[in-house]
Amino acid sequence: MKNILREIRYFLDFVFASIKIALTGDRRYYVWLASLVMLVVLGTYAYIYQLMHGLIVTGMRDQVSWGLYISNFTFFVGVAASAVLIVAPLYLYNYREFEYIVTFGEFLAVAALIIALTNVLADVGRVERLWHMFPLIGTPNWPDSMLVWDVLVLNGYLFLNLLIPGYKLYKKYIGLEPSNWIKFFIFLSIPWAISIHTVTAFIYAGLSARPYWNTALMAPRFIASAFTSGPAIMILVLLVIRKYTFYRKYISEKAIETLAQITLIAMLVNLFLLLSELYTVFYSATIHQVSLKYLFFGLEHNGKVYAALKPIAWLSLFMQITSVALLLYPKTRRNFKTLAAACSLNAIGIWLEKGMGLVVPGFVPTPIGEIWEYMPSFMEWVIVAGTVAWGFLVYTLMLKVAKTIEAGLARHPKAGKE
Amino acid sequence: MKRRDFIKKVVMTSAIAPVASLRIPFVNVSIEELTQKHFKEMSEEEKKAVIERLEREYKERYGVDVNIKTTPAKEGVVWGYALNIKRCIGCRRCVYACVKENNQSRASPDDPTSNEIHWIRVLEVAQEKLEPGTEEQGIGTKFGDVVAGVVLEESEHYYDPEKVPEDGKMYIPIQCQQCEKPPCVKVCPTRATWKEPDGIIVVDYNWCIGCRYCMAACPYWARRFNWSWPYIPKEEINPNQHYLGNRIRYRGVVEKCTFCIQRTREGRYPACVEACPVGARKFGNLLDPNSEIRKIIREKRVFRLKEELGTEPKFFYFMD
Repeated sequence: MKNILREIRYFLDFVFASIKIALTGDRRYYVWLASLVMLVVLGTYAYIYQLMHGLIVTGMRDQVSWGLYISNFTFFVGVAASAVLIVAPLYLYNYREFEYIVTFGEFLAVAALIIALTNVLADVGRVERLWHMFPLIGTPNWPDSMLVWDVLVLNGYLFLNLLIPGYKLYKKYIGLEPSNWIKFFIFLSIPWAISIHTVTAFIYAGLSARPYWNTALMAPRFIASAFTSGPAIMILVLLVIRKYTFYRKYISEKAIETLAQITLIAMLVNLFLLLSELYTVFYSATIHQVSLKYLFFGLEHNGKVYAALKPIAWLSLFMQITSVALLLYPKTRRNFKTLAAACSLNAIGIWLEKGMGLVVPGFVPTPIGEIWEYMPSFMEWVIVAGTVAWGFLVYTLMLKVAKTIEAGLARHPKAGKE
Repeated sequence: MKRRDFIKKVVMTSAIAPVASLRIPFVNVSIEELTQKHFKEMSEEEKKAVIERLEREYKERYGVDVNIKTTPAKEGVVWGYALNIKRCIGCRRCVYACVKENNQSRASPDDPTSNEIHWIRVLEVAQEKLEPGTEEQGIGTKFGDVVAGVVLEESEHYYDPEKVPEDGKMYIPIQCQQCEKPPCVKVCPTRATWKEPDGIIVVDYNWCIGCRYCMAACPYWARRFNWSWPYIPKEEINPNQHYLGNRIRYRGVVEKCTFCIQRTREGRYPACVEACPVGARKFGNLLDPNSEIRKIIREKRVFRLKEELGTEPKFFYFMD
């Protein structure tokens, strides 16, 4: 009993210390936080406006009934899944270079999940009824509906990625080694990461009404694109940390090099899968090629040309191929400036591909042949910016705490003494 | 009483009752409405209470006395529909009869955020369209690009000639096909849409969360979303309503054709069948071997849209 009480007291100390660490920093830190908070406030304001007027304030309509929100949701689930690429080498292969960057990955997963889930909240028409899909109180359509599966695996993954690093940090803070039971959750998180993006791909792949999505390649392509864009974002974060913070000495060049090679290989696989898709659809040239044709070449109907996504599609392809070129050549891969360029091109390229490039053509033309073009409204952009800022805000605060404790700069007064 | 129901009841009566009429800000929903059960989980008493509340709410919002029924499906009935595409003249009278009967949202001249909803979409397709090829295209023959019959991608959705029907044109009205194996029902995360015993796919507008997964899953583009609050002029509201049918919808929920459940369950024809000036639309009980619909399936040349998807529509197109 006494032990439990002490544990609770220690844990509360840990929580208060974390809050204190998260909220203290230099001026640059406060400016960064303040700009994120401002975006979150703007986004919240736009969201309340949308709640009051309905989704009519978006660019979506019955013809294209999912847009920017679901595009972002899809991309960021991929980013979340890619945390496994740091967790697995460290814990399965004992790759020590990743020891001090593993929390970057785990908390990136948390931040990406927050962005993904808030985008879903922004997209549903009746957010106050979400409890209808929860077990016990609602009527979840399980196992039939892939959306129910997705809610389960995403929340499970969020829990795992809060629990694992949170527990390890707590132990470090009070000066103890983590107990062995946490390994169970660490190993569980590895297949779980794959599952979240697989289920997200299945949301699309299971729809016979949409030939563009109804392909067995969907889940493999989701994993490949996630495993290239995720590490690319990771590298960008690490480069920023190395440049601006005290934590630079814990991030080895070798760790970054390994991540860069993972990014490269996954991107090559991703492009190979895209090639397979393009070949199969265009060579067989059935009526089902129409959506992919819309994406890359635009469609013509009654003398009018519809090609809103064409620039996005080619830009995305160009960015992906350029990133491959920069990553293949060792000199540009090891130069942090060109590496940062490669990773930015990679992440934006995949964001276009796994966002608008995936979601919108599925709706064009409609299943009964109407061609209608979607463009996100200003409101959608503001709300999305708010969700992304919210994710970055949480990520910043969590990293600040994690890195301060990991570097041994914050310890419980009684750590190691009892 | 199941434990779960018991807990729900206790929570409802003790905790929620005193605040039942409080409203949640921004979404403007009362606690009473928020805590309403799924339609299929309600007892007869609960249904009665909900209907009373809904009638009161519609009165407050639209100033009209409405009568909402919950008439269940009849035993031994599965509804089927047949449409004679050789006869259809593309006049869209069915579209507007449907809008009126089913309280669909209209476009408001004063409100740019109003959103117009039609459950029926009529496609105009060329019976024969030939664009001769050229030598340069290297086609081999000069026969060129041919369009004939049901190529949905080649259809015209917003045709607007002086007079219909036009020569060389055919018309294909499309609405909910009331699939026996409905993909929309399968994907719904909350079971807010389901197939009734008489084969009609319905939506509980108080249970739908508005995720629009069903719209992505429907191969016939039969579902519509309330992007804003429905706009219906007071004098045009049809007060004879069904909970699962034409009662006025909410912002942020999905709706669709129900074969006029409020009419057919009272022994009447759907509004589109009555409105058709050329008798192209036929409706009846698929379980009755002597019904007109069965006769059509037996004796005419019949097809269904996208048979290859295995959705098994109960909506048949036929030709004389």
